[in-house]
Amino acid sequence: MLAAMLIVFREMIEAGLIVGIVLAASRGVPRRGRMVTLGVAGGVAGACAVAAFAGRIAGLFAGSGQELFDTAVLLAAIAMLTWHNVWMAGHGRSIAQDMRRLGTAVSEGRRPLAALGIVVGIAVLREGAEAVLFLYGIATSGGTSIPGMMLGGALGVAGGAAMAALIYAGLLAIPAGRLLAVTGWLITLLAAGMASQAVAFLQQAGYAQAWSAPLWDTSWLLRDASLAGRLLHTLIGYTAQPDAAQLAAYLATIVMITALARAVRPPRRTAPAAAG
Amino acid sequence: MPRRFLPALAAILLGLAPVVAVAAAPPITLMIQNHRFVPSTLVVPAHRPVQILVRNLDPTAEEFDSSSLKIEKVFAGRSQGTLFLHPLAPGRYRFQGEYHPATATGVVVAK
Repeated sequence: MLAAMLIVFREMIEAGLIVGIVLAASRGVPRRGRMVTLGVAGGVAGACAVAAFAGRIAGLFAGSGQELFDTAVLLAAIAMLTWHNVWMAGHGRSIAQDMRRLGTAVSEGRRPLAALGIVVGIAVLREGAEAVLFLYGIATSGGTSIPGMMLGGALGVAGGAAMAALIYAGLLAIPAGRLLAVTGWLITLLAAGMASQAVAFLQQAGYAQAWSAPLWDTSWLLRDASLAGRLLHTLIGYTAQPDAAQLAAYLATIVMITALARAVRPPRRTAPAAAG
Repeated sequence: MPRRFLPALAAILLGLAPVVAVAAAPPITLMIQNHRFVPSTLVVPAHRPVQILVRNLDPTAEEFDSSSLKIEKVFAGRSQGTLFLHPLAPGRYRFQGEYHPATATGVVVAK
């Protein structure tokens, strides 16, 4: 039971972090709880489907199906996160914060909300598929009792939910005026980390190998496999041995999101020039 | 697209092309059997890309996990797949089966 709890918890940490950030980023938007719940439910259903077809997916593309699937899913999440930030920048801070008051903005607010819901679903799907495969393996091998396994798995999921609650509470400690900017940056770094991770999957499948030698190794400072390492891996894309291709993708994602958001920002009303 | 970006774009696309097996060593076979890696020690040449053909003979899935090798891949029960390792500096790189960490452990030795 303990093994089930630990392994499921490890997978759920990443999804829990993303749910917490999404909840904080969508604070004040009507019915966002429903969208996040839909995202989680969709992710769970998707995880079961992916687990069921894991063998078939992996067999595609000369055995690289799993890596390409992960890459495609990560790219979709990056697109959704980018779209969210660009939408928020384009519609101006005042509208984003007054969504409850402006009638037409309610339906408008659903669009970036749907994008975040998809991101939640993708995160739960990716991590959940591994957890489902693991639990199914235990169930069929008869090593642990089924109730023990279910309890362990449920505790692991609860741990992931606790992670979401922790980061959500932590973000809410930020003054409301700055929360939008902070969640905007968290979302940008989330997307950049996903880009770096997608590159690692491609390299694992034999692509993008030209730049795959590690640039440095900070395992002495923070190991990838430690709890803090996994948290930072999701939050900012930390990896102890990044290579040039990963770094390039990371920086390119940050530049892309920042430039696109800046490009759509409505012109600010400048203060009248001082006389004289 | 401005013409001056073409050389950079070409360089990026070339870098992304699937690795041509000119300098790669022949693939090594690794089996997962009874929740153990067989063999548990793999010796590979250093500084060259390496392919590992993994065959999961068990009925249930296993996840090959190694942060030092930067590999994370699930192998469904009774399936096989290929892992591509980046060129390794000489040393020992541990890996484990995340679903059965007590028994499924191994090390890649690069010389």
